[in-house]
Amino acid sequence: MSEFFAMDGYAAFIWPAYGLTALGVFGLVALVLSERRAANARLAREERDVKSENP
Amino acid sequence: MFSYLANPARFDRFARIAIPVSGWLALGLVGVGLWFALFNSPPDYQQSETIRIMYVHVPAAWLGLALYLAMGVASFVYFVWRHPVADVAAAAIAPIGAVFAALCLITGSLWGKPTWGAWWVWDARLTSMLIQLLLFLGYMALRGALEDEKQAAKSAAILAMAGLINLPVVKFSVEWWASLHQGASVIRMDGPTIDPSQLTPLLVMAIGFSALAGWMVLYRMRTALIDRRARALQLAREAGA
Repeated sequence: MSEFFAMDGYAAFIWPAYGLTALGVFGLVALVLSERRAANARLAREERDVKSENP
Repeated sequence: MFSYLANPARFDRFARIAIPVSGWLALGLVGVGLWFALFNSPPDYQQSETIRIMYVHVPAAWLGLALYLAMGVASFVYFVWRHPVADVAAAAIAPIGAVFAALCLITGSLWGKPTWGAWWVWDARLTSMLIQLLLFLGYMALRGALEDEKQAAKSAAILAMAGLINLPVVKFSVEWWASLHQGASVIRMDGPTIDPSQLTPLLVMAIGFSALAGWMVLYRMRTALIDRRARALQLAREAGA
C-alpha cells in the first residue's frame, strides 16, 4: 500500500497532478450548481413579483 | 443540427435528456478510467510511474482544444446567423475550457520537472497552449467588461473566431519547431504508436472527461436560459410599471 502511494519516488509529481485536476473539476461542478441555484431563485422571485402585480 | 437546436424550447427538450445521460456517463467512465490509470496499467519502461500523469494531462489538453473549437464554431454560428442559443453555448464553454487548458499546463509542468528537468520552458508547444488559455481568459474578460449585452456577444464572438488560428499552431507546434514536447502518438496519420495497455486508460479517461465537459456546458446553457427568462420578466415588469 505505501509502495503504491510512493509511486516509485514520483509521488510529489503524480499526486499533485491528480489532486489539482480533481480540485479543478470539483470547483467547476460547484460553480455550475451554484449558478443554477441563483438562476432558479431569480426566476422564482420574478414570477412571484409578476403575480403580485397582476393578481 | 445547429438550426434545430437554435430554438430555445427545442434545446431545452434536448438538454433534459442529454444532461443526465452525459452526467452518468462521465461518472462511470472517469471511475473506470481512474481505476485503469492508477491500478491497472503498467509503469513506462523509461518514465516509470510518471506516465500516470498522462492520463489526466492529455485528456485535459484535448478538451482545452476541443472546447475552444466548439466555442469558435458556436461564435461563428452566432455571428453569421444570430442564433441566440449559439451565443449562450459559447459563453457557457469559456470558463470550462479555461480550467481544462490550465489543468493541461499545470499537470504538464508536474510531468516536465521529473522527465525534462524543468517546470517550464518557452517551447513552441507550451507557449502556444499558454496562449490558448489566455484566449479563453480574454474572451471572459471581454464579455464581462462590456455593458451592452449584444455588443459584448458580438465582440466576444469576433475574438473567439480570431483565436481559432491558434488551434493548428498548438497541434502542429511539435512538428513545425524543435520542441522538448514529444510528437503526436495517438492522433496521427499512421495510427496510434502507444501500447494498448496505456492507450486504453487514456481513451477511457478522455471520453469520460469529454462527457463531463459536455454535462457542464449543457448544464450552464440551461442555467443561462433560465436566467434569460428571469431577466425578460424583470424587463417586462419594469416597462409596465
